[in-house]
Parts: sequence; C-alpha cells; structure tokens
Amino acid sequence: MAQAAHTLNPSKPLGHGHSVKRHTGLMDWITTVDHKKIAILYLIAGGLFFGIGGFEAILIRIQLIKPMNSFLDAQTFNELITMHGTTMIFLGVMPVIFALMNAVIPLQIGARDVAFPFLNALGFWTFLFGGILLNLSWVMGGAPDAGWTAYTPLSTSTYSTTHGVDFYTIGLQIAGLGTLIGGINFLATIITMRAPGMSFMRMPMFAWTTFITSAIILFAFPAITVGLVLLTFDRIIGANFFEVGAGGNPILWQHIFWIFGHPEVYILILPAFGIISEVIPTFARKRLFGYSSMVFATILIAFLGFMVWAHHMFTTGLGPVANALFSVSTMLIAVPTGIKIFNWLLTMWGGQVRFTTPNLFAVGFIPTFTMGGVTGVMLASAPADFQFHDTYFVVAHFHYVIVGGLVLGLFAGLHYWWPKMFGRMLSEKLGKWTFWTFILGFHLTFFVQHFLGLMGMQRRVFTYLPNQHFDVLNLVSTIGAFLMGVGMIIFLTNIFLTSRKPADAAADPWEDGRTLEWSIPSPPPEYNFKQTPLVRGIDAFWKEKTAGHTEMTPAEPVGSIHMPSATMLPFLMSVGIFIAGLGFMFSRDEFKSDFVGFMFNNYLVTAIGLLITFGSMLMRSLFDDQGWHIEPEELEGEQI
Amino acid sequence: MTGKIQKSTNSEKRGRLMMKTWQAVKRLLPMTAIFGLILAGCGREDLSVLRPQGPAAESSLGLMKLSIAIMVVVLLIVFSIAAYVIIRFRRKPGQQEIPKQVEGNFKLEVLWTVIPLILVVVLAVPTVKAVFAAGNDHANDKNAIKVKVTGHQFWWEFEYTDYGVKTAQDLVIPKGKDIAFELTTADVLHSFWVPSLSGKIDTNPAGTINRFSFSAPNEGVYRGKCAELCGPSHGLMEFKVKSVSEDAFEQWIASMKSPVAVLPEDPELAKTFKNQCLKCHAIGDQGLAVGPNLTGIGSREAIAGILLNDDTGVDGAPIEENLKTWLHDPQSVKPGNLMPNPKDLGLSDAEIDGIAAYLANYTLD
Repeated sequence: MAQAAHTLNPSKPLGHGHSVKRHTGLMDWITTVDHKKIAILYLIAGGLFFGIGGFEAILIRIQLIKPMNSFLDAQTFNELITMHGTTMIFLGVMPVIFALMNAVIPLQIGARDVAFPFLNALGFWTFLFGGILLNLSWVMGGAPDAGWTAYTPLSTSTYSTTHGVDFYTIGLQIAGLGTLIGGINFLATIITMRAPGMSFMRMPMFAWTTFITSAIILFAFPAITVGLVLLTFDRIIGANFFEVGAGGNPILWQHIFWIFGHPEVYILILPAFGIISEVIPTFARKRLFGYSSMVFATILIAFLGFMVWAHHMFTTGLGPVANALFSVSTMLIAVPTGIKIFNWLLTMWGGQVRFTTPNLFAVGFIPTFTMGGVTGVMLASAPADFQFHDTYFVVAHFHYVIVGGLVLGLFAGLHYWWPKMFGRMLSEKLGKWTFWTFILGFHLTFFVQHFLGLMGMQRRVFTYLPNQHFDVLNLVSTIGAFLMGVGMIIFLTNIFLTSRKPADAAADPWEDGRTLEWSIPSPPPEYNFKQTPLVRGIDAFWKEKTAGHTEMTPAEPVGSIHMPSATMLPFLMSVGIFIAGLGFMFSRDEFKSDFVGFMFNNYLVTAIGLLITFGSMLMRSLFDDQGWHIEPEELEGEQI
Repeated sequence: MTGKIQKSTNSEKRGRLMMKTWQAVKRLLPMTAIFGLILAGCGREDLSVLRPQGPAAESSLGLMKLSIAIMVVVLLIVFSIAAYVIIRFRRKPGQQEIPKQVEGNFKLEVLWTVIPLILVVVLAVPTVKAVFAAGNDHANDKNAIKVKVTGHQFWWEFEYTDYGVKTAQDLVIPKGKDIAFELTTADVLHSFWVPSLSGKIDTNPAGTINRFSFSAPNEGVYRGKCAELCGPSHGLMEFKVKSVSEDAFEQWIASMKSPVAVLPEDPELAKTFKNQCLKCHAIGDQGLAVGPNLTGIGSREAIAGILLNDDTGVDGAPIEENLKTWLHDPQSVKPGNLMPNPKDLGLSDAEIDGIAAYLANYTLD
C-alpha cells in the first residue's frame, strides 16, 4: 500500500493523511502495527512460552532421573508432557520464527512494512491470547493430559474429564488463527512488496523459505482447525465425530491431526534452513552454493511434506499397501534434504569461515540436524518403525530435528540479526558459552535416548521399573537437560547485559552482510528504507559492495512515505475472541453463583466476547484509516 | 617427520612409536569407552529390540541394521566433509581478498541427488518386502493359536478363542507356533508391544480392529508394554509373554478350563470374596469378566502387571507381599485404575491379607 500511494502521488502527500496520534510506553506496544515492533513482541512472548516449556521439560527430566521416582504424580506428569509439547511447538518456537520473519523479511526484500500491517498485529495478539488461554489451564482446573497429539478417545470427555483438553482445543484454535493470518500476510508481502529488481530468483534464501513456509501454513492449518472444531463439538456440545458407539471414528482424528502435523514439521524446519542459508554464506564470505537447487529442494520438501503424514500411523494398522507407500514417500524426503546439507558444506568450501557465535550455531546445526535426518529415514521403514514407534527413539529423533535443527537455527538467527533488531551486538564471549553448553547438553540429553528406545523404553511413561538397564542413560539424559538449561541462562544473561550497553551497532556489524537488511541502520528507522533500493542481483548489498559502493542505489527519489496508523483494534479483537472462547468452554458447567451460571450457561459470555470482536471489525470497516505520512523534510532532518 | 625418525636410533624409534601408539590409544579411549557402553548396553534379553528372540523382531532388526549401515556411511561422509571444511577453510588473520564466488556445480549437485536416491532405493526394496511379509497375520492358519487381545485401562486381557479360555496379564503361548492376534480395546487406544519378540500394533475400538502375528521359538518369559499413551498409568501397563513347550501349553489350557481350587477355604472369607471380588473378577467359571480374570493368579509373573513376583527379592517381592501391596491401596500402585479400594468396600485388613494369601497360593498345576 505504501508503494501504491507513491506511484499515484510521488512528491505530494495525500492531504488528509497527516494527523497521527503517537502513543508511548505500553500503549505504543499494544497499538503498534510496525513489523519491527511486532517482531519484538513475538520474541518476548515466544521467549516467555519457550521458558515455560523448558521449565516443564526440566520437571519431566527430574521425574525420570531414577526408576520409580515419586517427584511428580502420574496425572501431573501427563499434563506436563502434553503442555511441554504443545507449548514448545505452537507457543515457543513458532512465535520466535515469526519474530525473525517479521524482523527480517520486509528488510530483506526492500519493503517498508508487510502487506497488511493491521493483520500482522492481529496475528500476534490472537496468538498471544490463545497461548495465555492454553496456559491458564494450569490454574483453572488442570492442564490437558492427552499428549500434544490429543489422540481420541483419550482426549474425549469420557476419558479426560477436566477442562484441560478444552483449553487445548480452544486455545490452539485461537493461536492457530494468528498463525494462519501471519502466513497469509507473508505470502502477500513476498509476492507483492519486493523492491524493484528483486525477482523471485534473486530473493535471499530466508525470504524463500518464509514464502514456502507460509504456503504450507496456508494449507496445513485449516486441517488442524477443522480437527479442533470437531473435537470441541464432541467435548462441549456432545457431537459424535470420534465417538465409536455413535458411529464416529477415532482414527479419523489421527489422520486430521497428522495431515496438519507432518507439514507442521516443515513449517518449523524450513525457516531454520533459511537462516542457516543466510548465516553460512555471510561468514564464509561466499555466495550460497547451488542457490537454484536450494530453492528447488525447499519446494520439493514442502510438496512431499504433505504426502507422508501416515508414517506417524504405521502401527495404527493401515495395512501393507498404505504402509509401503508412505514408507517410500517418506524416504524420498531425504533426497532434497541431502541436497541442502551438501550445498551448505560446499558453500564453506573455498571460503574464509569465521566462527562467530551465529556461525558456530549454524555449523553446529549441520551435523546435528543430519543425525536427526538419518534417524528420520530409519523411522520411515515401516517394519522397523513397528519397533521404533512411540519409544524414546522417536523422542530422540524429533528432538534432534526440532532442537538440534530448528532451535540451533533460531539461536544462529537471533545472534545474527540481534544487532539489526536492537542495535546492540550480543556478547561474543557469552554467545560462545551459550553454544557450547547448549549443544553439549543437547547431545547428552538426546543421544542416549536413541538407545533407551531400542532397549524397550516407551515414551510418555511417568516412571519405569529398575533393572531394565534404563537407569544410567536416564540419569545422563537428565544431566544433559540441566546443561541445556545452563546454556539458556547464559543466553538470557547475555541479553540482559547487552541491553544495558549503548545501542551502537553498525549498519553492517558482521562486515560481510550480503542482503538488503545490512544496507540500512541498526535498528532501522520506522520506514526502513528512505528510498526503496534497486536490486541488481542476488545478494544485492554484497553486489553493490563489491562494485565499490557503500550503499544501495535508490530506485526512487526521496519522497513522502505513507505509514499505517497505530490501532488498538487488533488487540481488542483478540481480547474478544479470548472471552468468547473462555465463555464457550464453560457453557455447560454448573456454577455456585446464579448470576455467573446465567451468564455462562446462556452463552452470554461468549456473546459479549464475539460482540467485542465483531464490533471492532465493524469499526475497522466503517472508518477509513488513511494512515499518515513522513515528509521528505523530516527524513532529511534525521540525517540518515 | 619421517626424516627425523630415520636419523634417530632404533630404540628411540621404538620409544617414539610407543609414545605414538599410546597417544593414539589415549585419543581412542573415549571412543572405545562409548562403544563399550553401547555394547554392554544392548539391554535385557527379554526386553530389548536389539536382542531379538523371534523371527518378527529379527526382521525388524535386520532392516534397522541395514538402515543404520547406510546412515552411518552418510554420516561419515557429511562429518568428514564438515570437519575438513571447518579446519581447512578457516579465515586466517589478515586474510582480506574476497574468495571466489561459486554459483554451484551441476555435476556435483546431480551426484548428491542421485547417490541418496540410490541409497533410498536400497532401503526401500527390503522395506516394502518386509511390510508385505508383516501383513501375513495367520488369521486363517489352522495351525496358529488364535488370541484375542483386549486393552483395558490399565491391564491386558487375553482370550484363547479356540479354547474358550480367558486370562489376564500373562500371555501363555506354545513355543515355535504362530500366534494369530486380533487386537481391540475396551476404552482408549493402547499399543501391544513385546520388543524382543515383535514390533507393536495399536489396539483400536470396533471397526478398526487390527490383526497380526508373531512366534517365539524359544521358551522364556518376555516383557510386554503398552506403547500408546492411555492415561495416568500408561507407563505401568506391562504384561508378560510366557513361551512354554507345547505340552505345557496344553496342560495350562486344561487346568485353566477346570481349575482345582476355586474359593478360599475359610467360608467367611469365601463369602466376602464372592460378594465383593467376584462382582468384577472371574475365577474359573464363577464371577464376572469386568476386571482381570484371576484364575491361577498364583502362577503369574507379576501382580497388576507391574509388581514383579520374585521370591529372592531382587527384581520384586514375594507374590503374597505384592498382593498385599496392591490390595491395601490399588491407587498407589497404579494411579487412575478402576479397581475400588477393598477398604472402601468394607473389607478389613485381616480379610485383605487373607485374600492375598489365598490368591498367592492359588496356583495352577
């Protein structure tokens, strides 16, 4: 939209768009539509949930430190494993991914914001309120306890009698709405807002993986939403989608869940691939090896990702034909993934590799993720999976992929882009400590779990008998988990100490920045680019630097910049959905107070929530928001 | 280096070689230690996937070995290239010239697309073969023993459909014979897993009933587990598979059909037992089949699947003690299980101990 306004009226601002209400403090954060601030919001919220999920993991590991431990009771343990998985996937790592996408993508493609800044804010707030709702379950009668996969019938109201699973279904629907909105937004942004000259095949790899990830979100999230709606109906208003006695089918849930759940794995890992593809070339001072095959591999992985869901269900009993087909299709994913691994290695070949903290994480990612990848191929073989399935071998595998892959990638990305986001360099010394403690702790925790699984320890057990050769390996695993915790604490210390230093990071603090974000100040001004840059090739900024330029060639004269207005509406809409969800969840409960009972049982609370949401939508539709402009004089005054 | 060695005397040479060997040993020590740990840690014979005791588990392990072999090769290649690159292409101090910007290499990229494809085919062919082999469930095999497995929260019921015998927790099978299973659940999903004999399969509700089969060529007791989250005591939902000789199996079936002792000798205790316990449990031809069948419980390997009977006290406790532990407070042993606390049913401590003693001595011939 910003650019459309420009082409219409390049020098003169629109007359009525001037007045702008500037908020400060908390109100600024609640009303912001700036992608850079939303990135920070995502990072804080995601970091908070990641911390909660990590704490849950530590509790789980303490319980498993020795056989027949009684640190936690069985019910609490099941709640912890459910919430650990759900929180980490939906509320921990995904928001941090979105934080990096928001912070980086508009800058990388030379845009002033995302395509729909309002939706961007809405996406964040719905995610946050969904996440809060889910975590409220701890203090409102018990957390969900049926595993993050919530297999029916265990998750139906017959066998899970608290409101736990309701918090799961409704919280995830609300949070999922935010993810879907975010995905659509990035699709539109990348399709429409690339700077002049930036063709698709000149996009940085992180922009590519964000694009493909968003496409996967667009197709995968509706599936889980439908599943969650059906389960909500079963639980709250007595429908029978998964009720065997009434003709329902619990296996249906497994299909719906994994048709979402497997692509979700690629939603998580592809952005990490993108980050690694940015960090490694920067610190090898070499362009990405085999760029076009990287793009091709990304698309192929996304496509195959939708064809393999039933490999999570080999032991469900789908029959030999399905098992054989899904075995082979799963193995095929190894091919494009292998292409990526070798391309990264060959990027470093002949380069000048510098081991900064981000690059340590990126280089550490390659062997670690490869280990997760090869166990993935082993799991793909259905007859072998009959043994692996639902054991600690699987736990080890997916932690190698998600922690050893995605989380290492996120650490690489956070250390790499931290100066761009906050204008401050994280301490390299503490960063390296983070890396070594975290990766050592990680391998200590999860490598031994492969063997636990093979020796007969099934997953999701709250305790185990002695004399099964499990004791030592579990002890090692718990020690490793604590070491990972130490790594996280060092990282937080690093953030804290860095925040107290002056914000003096250079525009290109790593000195070898290749992409557009390094051509503008750290942190970038509100409008990102004073003049939209002209892109003349892949690695646009590097290309200009090697041509002897210090900055990008502008694609337009300095002119007034159209900015979207800050607004409270996305926040209000999310509050409304939150209230509606909570109201619906408790609509069949009995309450001591007549008034409260009246409000809930007649769906009045739900109605009030929906009224807030729809009222806000109406406001948004009826009152035109023209935005506001930053004038050339202001731009010059800031001496950029 | 070689020049230096040539100049030195023989003894020096030997000394240096020994030093070298020692250094190499020192370097290899952690690795040897790890391998030692792994080899020693293959797990229990009656539990570990790595020590298969039957053809089904062997077939799975065979595929695992093949895939591990392929994957170790892949890992070695990736690790060596990574190590080489990391060491060889470090940025040296003062290095300023820009490295050559390589776009890609068509031949190399084709190479690392084709080789993985070949590796995938190498693994896919035996996988598909084994998948279809595993599909042979022996359901129509006259020589196979048919067993209907029903998962309950949190115990296992085994019904020998051809013999009309029902039991719980201990699955007794004749060695060497194919056992044709039909698996279902009475409540939530469970997964039936005897790692040393075979892979697992889920117990689904009616409409999606699973069938599969395995056999145990050797006599022995194997540990089985539930492998699908099924509630609080999922981790405690264990069972045993007892592989016995064919004669012993026939004898076991016969004594299950007409058990010797039926009720406690003490008439008062017998009355309590009948009025309370047999409302859910069955013993011989008496009682109901809501809870686990108790016929010949004194001969079983464990109480409630998890309290192992071991008179030596190494792996568990004597059976009578286990029964007392269980009967005095079932929830503390298996949280979330459906058995009412006998004390809530009005049984006194003495009665509970009496029933424990009776059950402990209620063995089959």
